[in-house]
Amino acid sequence: MKRLLWPLLVLAALLAVNLFFTPSFFSVEMKEGHLYGSLIDILRFGAPLILVSLGMTLVIATGGIDLSVGSVVAISGALACLRISEDGGVFSAVVLALGLCVLLGLWNGFLVAGVGIQPIIATLILMVAGRGLAQLITDGQIITVNSPSYKVIGGGYLLTVPFGILLVLVVLGVTAFLTRRLALGVLIESVGGNAEASRLAGIRARGIVITVYAFAALCAGVAGLMISSNVSSADGNNAGLWIELDAILAVVIGGTSLSGGRFSLGGTVLGALIIQTLTTTIYSVGVPPETTLLVKALVVAAVCLLQSPKFRDKVFRRAGPPSSPRPAAEEKVRVTA
Amino acid sequence: MDVPAPVLRMSGIGKQFPGVRALDGVDLRLLPGEVHALMGENGAGKSTLIKVLTGVHPADSGTIELAGRTVSFAGPLEAQQAGISTVYQEVNLCANLSVAENIFIGREPRRRGRIDWKRMRARAAELLERLELDVDVSAPLSSYSLALQQMVAIARAIDVEARVLILDEPTSSLDAGEVRQLFHVMRRLKEEGIAILFVSHFLDQIYEISDRMTILRNGRLVGEYLTRELSQVTLVSKMIGQELAELERLHGEARTFDRPLVEARELGRTGAVEPFSLTIHEGEVVGLAGLLGSGRTEIARLLFGADHASSGEVAVGGVPAALRTPRAAMAHRIAFCSENRKRDGLIPDLTVRENIVLALQATRGWTRPVPRDQQDELVGRYVKALKISPPNPEHLVRNLSGGNQQKVVLARWLILEPRLLILDEPTRGIDVGAKAEIQRLVAELSDGGMAVLFISAELEEVLRLSHRVGVLRDRRLVADLPNDDTLTTDRLMETIASGGRA
Repeated sequence: MKRLLWPLLVLAALLAVNLFFTPSFFSVEMKEGHLYGSLIDILRFGAPLILVSLGMTLVIATGGIDLSVGSVVAISGALACLRISEDGGVFSAVVLALGLCVLLGLWNGFLVAGVGIQPIIATLILMVAGRGLAQLITDGQIITVNSPSYKVIGGGYLLTVPFGILLVLVVLGVTAFLTRRLALGVLIESVGGNAEASRLAGIRARGIVITVYAFAALCAGVAGLMISSNVSSADGNNAGLWIELDAILAVVIGGTSLSGGRFSLGGTVLGALIIQTLTTTIYSVGVPPETTLLVKALVVAAVCLLQSPKFRDKVFRRAGPPSSPRPAAEEKVRVTA
Repeated sequence: MDVPAPVLRMSGIGKQFPGVRALDGVDLRLLPGEVHALMGENGAGKSTLIKVLTGVHPADSGTIELAGRTVSFAGPLEAQQAGISTVYQEVNLCANLSVAENIFIGREPRRRGRIDWKRMRARAAELLERLELDVDVSAPLSSYSLALQQMVAIARAIDVEARVLILDEPTSSLDAGEVRQLFHVMRRLKEEGIAILFVSHFLDQIYEISDRMTILRNGRLVGEYLTRELSQVTLVSKMIGQELAELERLHGEARTFDRPLVEARELGRTGAVEPFSLTIHEGEVVGLAGLLGSGRTEIARLLFGADHASSGEVAVGGVPAALRTPRAAMAHRIAFCSENRKRDGLIPDLTVRENIVLALQATRGWTRPVPRDQQDELVGRYVKALKISPPNPEHLVRNLSGGNQQKVVLARWLILEPRLLILDEPTRGIDVGAKAEIQRLVAELSDGGMAVLFISAELEEVLRLSHRVGVLRDRRLVADLPNDDTLTTDRLMETIASGGRA
């Protein structure tokens, strides 16, 4: 739990900044049977990023990385919208889109675990090719669909809560179940911690790596449906652009090491929420649009530094008394409080 | 005999870690031109003492005098500049750089801001000549053996006008010839008046090379002795603090084994080991003796399916078996503890518990987790039985000492109750106490009907444990000898040397 302390503090600080600039920031109200409010918006708009980041977490835990998720987001939305615009069957369109995403993920996994290409290169292939595939599907145009049932995925409500948030909860629940209740998590961490030792312990390392890439692509596919459904259109050029970088960032902020091994799903969710809140904050504070990226980068750099125990040690050693057991005790108090 | 003034004197060194008193009033003095062995079991405080000396950890109490002046180092770099150089167990060099680059990395000779390659190569060659080594200094380090890499590390260490050279287990991955080469270099350095602090688990080596020794136990000083005045048995008893029951052959009488468990026929792998035939019976301990690189590990890996065989076949319990992957071997209840537990055994980021149940979990697949209470029960049983310390299953395995890490890997396989347990150098780099425990365990397991393939560089150990000894030379199984009263280490060595033709 101590691992999640810093992401939590950062998120709290960001929310506090928002509260300062927008006093009504925390208010959540009911309008026409739906929940509304800035916090709900953060969750709703952050939902695709959380999904992509969950898949990315498992990939990174095996010691890999998946750069292609942004392209998969675009492909998923494009294919679904194309099918719906052709004959209107939402269910078959969704199944087809997600099926293709899983296939693409298996392809990534095959390149990494089967052929032995370094993950960053293997997924770079699909990152570039996939963007082209998405443009091919949409014919370079923006496909607009008018389907109320498709709109539900990204823009609908169920029991007053935005449908996207519920979808995230379901995926998060399933992932947590598979990794922590079943043994998938410890096997993933084992493969990421030491692949050769895992193989010699009888773990099907190859199968696990392929599964994880397929899962990441599936998550990206769901996120792609959410994004295109929200705007009722598919944009092969821009949908999911750079989302892989935000997702990697979310995973790292959440405390999962890029070198693989231990991962934290809770940390990733917090990381994704931090990034989404940061985006919201930049608008609400009124940073000029041309400097938003720069501000975002600075805050992210600060967050990463705060996360580093080495950096904190240096700063705190200078600021506070040099006794080492005390900071640990303080942290414990904060966690229980 | 007059004793020269010590070049280094540490007195009353104390060091406290959270929850552990690592060092308590330890003294150490090094005379110029001597090889001084630092002895003690794992956890006795050897590494901590070295780290205090080289400034990795500050001492809580006590003083360090170098050539009569009190010093305290803020880090290894300062210690090195003052003339205290360290060569660690794992070679800390860049294999992809050249020999010369490795020696001068970080302090390359420069001319007008640019690296003076010519001078660098010349000085590197000069340095290695001083150690009587014939090495092409512009070749990449990776093209040389581990032993030579170690010498390069030593050359790098002594270039900075070293007065004290610390060698922390430099021999643990060297074979006999390489050790001889290293000792030759050490003797040369000794003649030049450098004081060498030597740490090793191999008692024979200590007696061959060291002049004096300091023994530590549980963070306290036991004493300082002249090596030639201290017998091996006394040394061991001082290290573990009790009279060690004489380690005799652990098997009482010779037994006959008639139920073959694993039979390899003309099994071989091109470039690794020539085709060999070997039968291991139920309850039998088969030892493999041979020099480093003679094919011992390769045989083990073939029998476990870690590598693919290029020829021959294996039968398990009389039925032909395809051991193409570790999983396939595990299905036949064959287990394998690799010699390189860091690379092939442990998952450092996982806990002791997770590491121990890993193989069991792997056999069940990810859909059927081992229930937590069953995990706790199994892990608790083996932590206790193997005396894994600290006995906390939730400790990260990377924080354990070498011997305890070895026990964790052992526990992982014992849980599966294998029929054949392959142990590749299970006692390397671990202390005397843990070694005896593991040897006793092997004897017990085979008495219980488990077959064991036991590989070790220490011939005494192989002899003590095995019912039968296979001898390897140059990647060939040259002899298969019953371990009766006529088999001695001398005869084993002769067989290795002659290739079984005598």
